[in-house]
Amino acid sequence: MFDTNELVLNMGPQHPSTHGVLRVILRLDGEKVVDADVVIGYLHRGIEKLSENRNWTQIILLTDRMDYVAAATNNVGYCETVEKLMSIEVPRRAKYVRTILCELQRIASHCLWVGTHAMDIGAMTVFLYAFRERELILDLFEEFCGARLTYNSMRIGGLPLDIPPGWDKKVLEFCAIMDAKIDEYEELLTHNRIWLERTKGIGVISGPAAVALGLSGPPLRGSGVPRDVRKDEPYAAYDEMQFDVPVGTAGDTYDRYLVRMEEFRQSLRIVRQATEGLPEGPIVGKVPRLIKPPAGETYHAIESPKGELGYFIVSDGKSTNPYRFRVRPPSFCNLQGLRTLCKGHLVADVVALIGSLDVVLGEVDR
Amino acid sequence: MIDTLVIPLLKIVIVLNATLVAVTYMVLLERKVIAWAQSRLGPMRVGPYGILQPVADAIKLMIKEDITPVRADKWVFTAAPIISMVPALIVYAVIPFGPEVRLFGRQVTLYITDINVGLLFIVSVASVGVYGIILAGYASNSKYPLLASLRASAQLISYEVAVTLTLVSVIMMAGSLSMVSIVRAQESQRMWYAFAQPLAFAIFFIGGLAETNRAPFDMPEAEQELTGGFHTEYSGMRFALFFLAEYANMIVVSSVATTLFLGGWLRPFPNVAFLSFLDFVPSWTWFLLKSFFFLYVFIWIRATLPRYRYDQLMRLGWKVLIPLAIANLVVTGIVKVMLL
Amino acid sequence: MADAPPPSDKPTASAAPAAPAHVPKAAVPTGPSDPPPPADLAPPAFLAALQAAVPGSVAHVSYWLGDWTLVVPAALLLQTAQHLRDGADAAFDFCSDVTATDWPPRAEGRFDVIYCLYSTRLRHRVRLKVILGEQQPLASVTSIWPAADWLEREVYDMFGVGFTGHPDRRRILMPEDWQGFPQRKDYPLEGPGELLMENPIDWLKLRQSRDQADIE
Repeated sequence: MFDTNELVLNMGPQHPSTHGVLRVILRLDGEKVVDADVVIGYLHRGIEKLSENRNWTQIILLTDRMDYVAAATNNVGYCETVEKLMSIEVPRRAKYVRTILCELQRIASHCLWVGTHAMDIGAMTVFLYAFRERELILDLFEEFCGARLTYNSMRIGGLPLDIPPGWDKKVLEFCAIMDAKIDEYEELLTHNRIWLERTKGIGVISGPAAVALGLSGPPLRGSGVPRDVRKDEPYAAYDEMQFDVPVGTAGDTYDRYLVRMEEFRQSLRIVRQATEGLPEGPIVGKVPRLIKPPAGETYHAIESPKGELGYFIVSDGKSTNPYRFRVRPPSFCNLQGLRTLCKGHLVADVVALIGSLDVVLGEVDR
Repeated sequence: MIDTLVIPLLKIVIVLNATLVAVTYMVLLERKVIAWAQSRLGPMRVGPYGILQPVADAIKLMIKEDITPVRADKWVFTAAPIISMVPALIVYAVIPFGPEVRLFGRQVTLYITDINVGLLFIVSVASVGVYGIILAGYASNSKYPLLASLRASAQLISYEVAVTLTLVSVIMMAGSLSMVSIVRAQESQRMWYAFAQPLAFAIFFIGGLAETNRAPFDMPEAEQELTGGFHTEYSGMRFALFFLAEYANMIVVSSVATTLFLGGWLRPFPNVAFLSFLDFVPSWTWFLLKSFFFLYVFIWIRATLPRYRYDQLMRLGWKVLIPLAIANLVVTGIVKVMLL
Repeated sequence: MADAPPPSDKPTASAAPAAPAHVPKAAVPTGPSDPPPPADLAPPAFLAALQAAVPGSVAHVSYWLGDWTLVVPAALLLQTAQHLRDGADAAFDFCSDVTATDWPPRAEGRFDVIYCLYSTRLRHRVRLKVILGEQQPLASVTSIWPAADWLEREVYDMFGVGFTGHPDRRRILMPEDWQGFPQRKDYPLEGPGELLMENPIDWLKLRQSRDQADIE
C-alpha cells in the first residue's frame, strides 16, 4: 500500500464539496498536493450544438441553464450580443431593469458562494443565513417573471414583461434588509481567527500570472488587476451608474473573499441607484417579428458574477438559427487555474480553493 | 448489606440509564440548537416539537442491515465501537452529582463512589477510549479509514497532554485527587476554580473540544470532504455506538469541567448567607444545570466556527496549549508556595 | 436494440422534416462574411507595427460592429501572437477565448479558428482568425497565453483540430474514448446512434472497469 511515495486520491464526481459534478484527481506526497488533474464534462449537455437548431428566441431558454445560479446574467449577455448583431436600440427603461436584475443576480450568486464556501471550511451557519437572503431575491424574481431559478426573463430588444406595480418598492425594501445582513456574514467570518488561518496565503497568484492564465472576475481582481467589464466596456445601464470595483492585493483566498464581500455592497448601491432612477418608457425596442440577424460574427462580453461571460455568435444571414453559438464561460477559464493554485497546498485547501474560484459546473460543461 | 450492595447497585442502574438517555437526547439537543442558530426549527415531526426523534433514530439504526467488510477483522471490528463507548460510561463511577443527602431515612451519597485517586482514574479510563478509534481504522482493512483513524488518535493524544497538565494545576489548588475533595476545596476556598485558574479552565475547555473531535477540531471526522473518517465502513448499530460515544465523551468532559472548575454541586456563592434562599434548589440540579451549560456551549461553538486544518490543529495543541499549560502550572506552584 | 433513437423534437421555423436537422435549410453558407473596414476608419495603431514586424501576418483586415478581425495564415500564427502580446501598442495579454467554426463546403479550409484577445493595459480587443483545413495541424498558443490550455483542448474535442505543442492533448468535455467530433456540422445532433444504443449495460461496465483502473 505504501510502496510509492505518491498517493493518488480521487475527489470523485459525486462529492459534497465540489459544487457540482467535478472530478479532481490529486497526486499527493503525504498531505501536500503535487498535482491536481481536473476532469470535467460530467454535465456536458451540448448547449452549443443544440443552439444551432433553435431559433434565436428559443436559445434564451438554453442560456438559463448554463450558470443556473445567476441565470438572468446569461440571458442579458446573449440578448445583448444579438442586439449588437442586429444593431437594435434597447430602450432606456429596459436597460435599467436589466441592470437591476443583473445586480440582484450578482447578490444572489454571491450569497450562494459565501454560504457554500464557508460551509466547506466548516462554518455551517453562514450557509443558512446566506440562503435566507437568497430566498428574498428569488421571491423578487418570482414576482417578476414567475420562476425562481431559470428565468427566461429577457427578449432580444428588451424584456418580455414590464415590472409589476410595487416591485421597485420591494426591491428597495430588500436593499435595506440586505445591508445589515452583509454585516452579519462579515461578523462571523472576516476577522475570525480560524477563517483567517484557513484562507490567508492559500492559493496565491500574482496579477500578471492571473491575466496570463485567463482568470476573470473576482479571482482576477483579488490579485490586483482592476479589470471589470462593467467599467471597461459598459453595457446595459452601467455607464450611468456610480459604483466602485473592489480590487485585492495579495491574490490569496482571503482577498478573493474580501473582493466578493465588497461586491455585495457595490451591487446594492447599483440596485438602489437604478431602482430610484428608473425611467419611464417602453420595455422592448423595435424588433422585427422574425429575428434574422445579418450575416456576420461578433463577440460580446459582460461581467457575470463569476467573471467575464462572452458570447461569440456567427449568423449566416439566411436561416433562423445561429450558425455558430459559442459561450466563453468564466467558470471554465477560472477552473483551469485550479491546477496552478493547488500546487504545494494541503488536501484540505483544495476544497477551499474550489470554493474560492466559485465555479458552477453548468457553465463549465455547458 | 443494603448499604454496601443494594444502594450502589441502584445508583449504578440509575446513573447508567440516565446517562444513556441523556446521550440519546444529546443528539436531538444538538440538532435543535444548531437549527435555532441557523434560523430554522430542527426536527419537528416525530412527537410534539420533535421530542421523540431519538427514538426514531434508535429504531432506524437498529433495524439497518449489518454490514461487515469481507476482509475486515471481525472481532476487532465489532469490539472497536464498544471500546469507544464503555470508558465514557465507566467514568461516571467517580463523578459526584451532589453531597450526602438524607433519602428515605438513610444517608445517601449522590455519587457512586469516591476513590481517593478519582481524577487519575478519570484520565486513565478516558484514554482507553482512543483505542476504539485506532482499532476501528485498523479493523476496517481499508486505506482511508486507517489513515483517518491514525490522524484522529494523534489529535486526541496530543491534546490529552495539555488537558492533563491543567488538571495538575487544579490538583495543586485542591490538594487532592479525589473528586469530592476538589468540590469541597472549592467550597472552603470560597472560589470556583474557573476564577482562580482561568487559564487552566480555558485550556481544559479547548482541549475538551479537541478530545471529543468537536468543531473546530473535527477535521478527522468532517473529512467527509475526502473520506468518511475512521467510521467509513461502519453502519447500523455499530455506527450508532460511535456516534453515541462521541456524545458520551462530550457529557463526560462537561461533567468533569463542572466538577473541577464550576464547583460541582455547589450553588453560586455557597458561603454567602444572603443567598441561602437558593438552597431550595437541590445540589444535583445545580450540577446538571452547569453541565448543560457546557454542553450548550459545545454545540454553540460547532454552529459558529469554521474548522481548523489538521496541521493547524496539531500546531495549536503542541506549540500553544502545552507551553501555556506548563506556564500555568509553574505560576500556580509559585503562588501556592508564596501564599503558604 | 440497435434501432436508431427516434428523431428528437427540433422546432425550426422552416419545414422539410425529411432533411437531417444539422444542415441549414437555406443554401449552404460558404464562409463568414468578413467585411473590410470602411475607408474613412483608421486602422488601429498596432496593426502597422504588426505588419512591419511579421510581414504577411495579416492576410485580411475586417471590421464590423466595432470589432477588428485579422485573418492570419496558419504558419505565422505563433509569431503574430508573440508580437501581439509583447508589442507596445498591442499588449494583448488576456486571451479571452479560443474557438472554431465549421464551414464544411469551403475550399481553402474547413475550420475557422478564432482567437479573441483583450488588453488589460490598453483596454482594446482584437480577434484573430486562422483558416485551417481538416487534417491540418495548428501551433498551440499555450506557450504565449497559458489561458489557451483548456480552450484549445475544447476546440480539439469538439472539432478535431490538432494543436502541435500543446502540453495536454486530451478530450475535455467528452469521455476520453469518444469517437467523432461533436460540434462539426456533419455530426448528428442526436449522437452517433449505434454506439450508444447497442448494449448500453456492457458499455457502462466497460467504462466502469476503465475508471477503476484509472483510480488504482
